[in-house]
This record gives sequence, structure tokens and C-alpha cells, in this order.
Amino acid sequence: MNAIAIAAIGLFIFILGYRFYSKFVAEKIFRLDPNYVTPAHRFKDGVDFVPTNKFVLWGHHFTSVAGAAPILGPAIAVYWGWLPAFIWVVLGTVFAAGVHDFGTLVLSVRNKGQSVGTLANKLIGQRAKILFLFIILILVLMLNAVFAWVIANLFITNPSSVLPVFIQIPLALWIGHAVYKKNVKMLVPSIIALAIMYFVAIVSAKVEFLQIDLVRYMGGEDAAGLFGLGAVSTAFFIWIMVLMVYVYIASTLPVWKLLQPRDFINSHQLIVGLAILYLGLLFTNPEITAPITNPGADDVSWFPLLFITIACGAISGFHGLVSSGTSSKQLDKETDARFVGYSGAIGEGVLALAAIIAVVTLFPSKEDFLATYSSFGAANADGLGSFVAGASQLATGLGLPSDIAATIVSIIVVSFAATTLDSAVRLMRYIIAELGVEYKVPALAKTHVATTIAVTSSAALVLIPEGPNGFGSGGYLLWPLFGTANQLLAGISLLLISIWLKRLGRNYMITIIPMIFLLFMTLYAMIQQVIFQWSWWGSESNTLLFVFGAIIMGFAIWIILTAISVLRSNDDTKIDLED
Amino acid sequence: MMLDKMKTLIAYYEEVLSMPHRQEIARELRDEDDLFLLLLYSEMIGIPNPVYYYTLELYPYMIEKFHDWHLRMGMEKSPLAGMRCC
Repeated sequence: MNAIAIAAIGLFIFILGYRFYSKFVAEKIFRLDPNYVTPAHRFKDGVDFVPTNKFVLWGHHFTSVAGAAPILGPAIAVYWGWLPAFIWVVLGTVFAAGVHDFGTLVLSVRNKGQSVGTLANKLIGQRAKILFLFIILILVLMLNAVFAWVIANLFITNPSSVLPVFIQIPLALWIGHAVYKKNVKMLVPSIIALAIMYFVAIVSAKVEFLQIDLVRYMGGEDAAGLFGLGAVSTAFFIWIMVLMVYVYIASTLPVWKLLQPRDFINSHQLIVGLAILYLGLLFTNPEITAPITNPGADDVSWFPLLFITIACGAISGFHGLVSSGTSSKQLDKETDARFVGYSGAIGEGVLALAAIIAVVTLFPSKEDFLATYSSFGAANADGLGSFVAGASQLATGLGLPSDIAATIVSIIVVSFAATTLDSAVRLMRYIIAELGVEYKVPALAKTHVATTIAVTSSAALVLIPEGPNGFGSGGYLLWPLFGTANQLLAGISLLLISIWLKRLGRNYMITIIPMIFLLFMTLYAMIQQVIFQWSWWGSESNTLLFVFGAIIMGFAIWIILTAISVLRSNDDTKIDLED
Repeated sequence: MMLDKMKTLIAYYEEVLSMPHRQEIARELRDEDDLFLLLLYSEMIGIPNPVYYYTLELYPYMIEKFHDWHLRMGMEKSPLAGMRCC
């Protein structure tokens, strides 16, 4: 099967989705009004509420939601063959993610630019808000743990990426200083920074001395490391500790010092990454060697786990936070919501599609694919490595040597993951502080107390699960839990949009069907994993996963019950909804 | 023609990059303004201010800004009976 054809089909469906489905939703369901005074105009303050050009807003929205997650999920999910992953990414983006991102944006615009958390409080009640905070807390906790593992893993497998990634920190600090203190325009310094990073990448790909390879320093994979651990375990342990110290410092700094300047560089990297993947695809014209479906994958069934494994890239609740948190306050005209929200989701879908293609074209034959993707555990552990290798193989079509390309792709993934880690720890700190205020524990509202809790709990979570390479290497086991937390969040947002539409007397099938689908898959997957796999009597007993899974399952049941009761009630009172 | 389109694209891209930056600067400025306002009307929260009567003269000029300020500070209504902005 030709990979370009598959990519073209996917992109074509995305275009159809935007052209027809989003138009239908915008005109018939949401009934967007070009004359509606959006919060950006109504509450214009030059800070949060600023009317912004739709292309600029889309760019900002897309760069805020795109990260390492839409790469990691598909890279794992191709385990069940490329077709199921492809179908879920394409249809999920068109019918679930697009409507979700677009809907949360419109819902928020119609409600003074308030965030989904506040709207949950208004539309469902106080308990919904607390539940919402807990789900986000679990989501970011999983995110921290998984991404710390992802970075550590890439540092171990691609040691040449370590130096360029660490060079990014002083470069970002320099840009922050130049832009905020010296008032220099950021485009030029951030491009210079990117050039320096990639130059260091090229040098360190070629010079072994510059590759910080902890496993090699300890004498290879079979050598003993510290504290009686193996070399690989020790390397995981050291990198995770280094990352946690880094993220502690980074997340307590003002955003303009490190986080924002890193984002400037990362925006360029997103473009570089997409260009490498799609232009590389065009020039190499590879064949898909992975099987269409993988009947041998009988250890973990694709149904329902596929829909959990690919969260970002098919539908992600996190986008609702961005849609309703920042983008809704900056929307110039209500009709722009279609472009910003729906295309934002499509942008993520395009990234996920590229991730699928990079992995499924990597292997010379189907047998090689099956040898690497031998079990679901192996797919989880090696998926991202396969993506890096696949993307660098595509990059060779652009004339880049594969070792340099692999280093650059790793840097891109690590940079995305590191920025997410920074923002996630910040977010976690805010939530811990908010819960502290809610439950009258004022100490929790202190920056360093909240950050310490955030960082130590994330570190504990990533270090506890044992992987095939020992201590700390099993962080990926948390990936399905991250997916479920993310889907639950999307489920709540879809529920809120449905309630809103119902109270307006509109057809809410477009949001309720994806919601039922998502909640069914989440609940099914959790029952299967929590009860039959992770529980004490299950096949792979694991207390930690069991506890987290059980909490998420409880939340899912709670949301379903709430959804039924709210949607069945005939309460048509408009709660501060303007229409 | 093509060159113009490229230029517009780069201008848009630069604006995408500078959005959070501009927001951050505006936020810092607003925080400073808020602090200044707090100093002017510190009497309201019980901190003695020797020049209170003079700062109060600014009232007609600041009433709208004052309204935005107390909303931002998490007070639904004006904290002072004398300040009838809402």
C-alpha cells in the first residue's frame, strides 16, 4: 500500500469534514452569528480579552494544543495494524474532536468567555467543578509521569539528543531576556536559537564524545549501575531525577523567563517537524509495510483500547481547556470559531496521521514490524522509538543523513514533552492550591508546597511501575490511564455542550453521540483492565494501576449518571446563557 | 504577488509568536496599575493613607477603572459604600 495515497485520503477526509460537517454544525446547530458581540469585544481589556485575527488565533491555538501526545498515541496504536488507527484518527477528528474543540469554544464565547470548569459548576453544580478539578489533577499527574518517562527513554535511546535539548534552556533564557528586557522582536532570536540547537544536534550526532550516554558510561546494558540496580534502570532513575529537578525550577520561574521563550522555539520546531514528515513522505514515496490489521495481537484487544490509546489526535479533553480558557477570550467574530476550533482539531489530526505513517513505513517487511510490535507491552515501550526512526527515515528523502535526522526528531519530541511537563506541573500547582482553598488547607496554596507535592507525586508515579528494563522503565504502563482521564474530560465537555444545546431547544445528537461513544469505551476499557487485569485477582495484578484505574472508573460512572439525570430532567431554565 | 503572500504569512506567524509575549507584558503592567490603585485607596482596606483626601479627588477620573479593578480583585460589588460604580 502506498503511504502517500493513505495520507492523501486522510487529508481529503479532513478537508471534507471542515468543508461540509463543520459548516453544518456552525450553521444549523450552533447557529453562529457574525454580529454577536464576542467576549473579546465586550470585555476588551488588552490583556486576556483581545479581539484577534482568526489566522493568528488559530496559530496560537494549534501551537498550544499540539505536543508529544498525538505522536505517542498513534505510534503505540499501530500495534493493531495501521487501518484501525487510521480510521479512528480520521473519523475521531472529524466527528468527535472537531465538534468538541469547536463546541467548547462556542459554549465559552456564549458564556462570557468562561472556562469549562466554571461552566460545569454553573450547568451541573458545585460537585461537578470539584470532580472536574480531580480529573484534571489525575490527567496532569499521568501526563507528568508519562512524559518524564518519554524524555528519559529518548535520552537513553538517542544520547546525541541530550546536549541540544539542554542547550535549549540557556538559549530560551537568553531569548526571554532579549525579548522582555531589551524589547527585541522575537522572530529573529528564536530562529537563531533553533539554528544553534540544530547545529549542536548535527555535531553531537557525529561526535561520540558529545553524546551523553549514561548506559555506556556504566559499561553497557548488562553492567551494574548504582544502588544494586542495572545500568538501564540507573539511567532511567538519574534522568527522571534530573527532569524532576529541572521541572521544579522551570515551573516556579515566571513564564516569560523560560516557558514562553521555549514555546517560540517550539513553534518553529512544530513547523520543521510537520515539514520533515510530509515533505519527506512526498520525496521518499514509501510503501506501508505494516499489516492492515494485526490478527496476532490477541494479548490486548483493540476494542476498546484503541480508542483510549489514541486520545490526542482523535479527541482530547485537554483541547477544551485551551478553547475555553484562552482562545474564547480572543475570538474576534463568532463565526471565526469554526475555523479556529475545528481546524485546530484537524491540525492535531494531521500530526497524528503523520505519526502513523512514519511508524508504518519504517520497517522493511511485515515480519520486521511484527518482531518489534510483538506484544502490547512492546508496542508501548518501543512505539516512540519507532516513530523517531520512521520520521528520520522519511527525512532522508530531504537529504538529511539518518543519524542527524534521528537526533533532530528526538529533540523535537523531547522539546514538546519538556514544555508540556513544565505547563503540566504549573497547572497541577494551581489545582492543588485551588483544592487547598476549597478544603481549607491554606498551606497547599503556597507555591513551593504545591510544587513539591506535584513533583514528588509525579516522580513516585513514574518510578514505581516496573518495565522490562527494570526500575523506572515502566512509565509507559500509565499511558492508557492518561488516555482515559483525557477522554473523561472530553466527555464532560461534550456533556456541557449537549446540556447547553438542549436548553436552547437544538439538536444535541452531534455531541451526545461522541460523548456516549467515549464514555462507553472508557468504562469498558477500565472495567476490562481494572477488574480483570490489575486487581488482586486479575491476570497482571498491580495495586498502583488498580487504584488509579478504579478512581477513573468511579468518575466515569458518576459522569454517566449525571448526564442521564441532567438530560432527562425538563429543567429548561437558562442559567445565564445569553442567546 | 507570491512575495506579498509570503510576507503576510510571516507577519501572521510573527503575531502568533508575539501573542503570549504581548499578553504577558500587558498583564505585568496591569498588575502594577492595580498595585498603584491599591496604594491610592489603601484606606479602604484599613491601611492609613495620609493623602487619602487628595487621592479621592481622582475618583471621577478613575471610577470605570476602579470598577474593573474590584472585579479583578474578586469583589462582585464595590467594597466602599462611597464608590458607587455598580
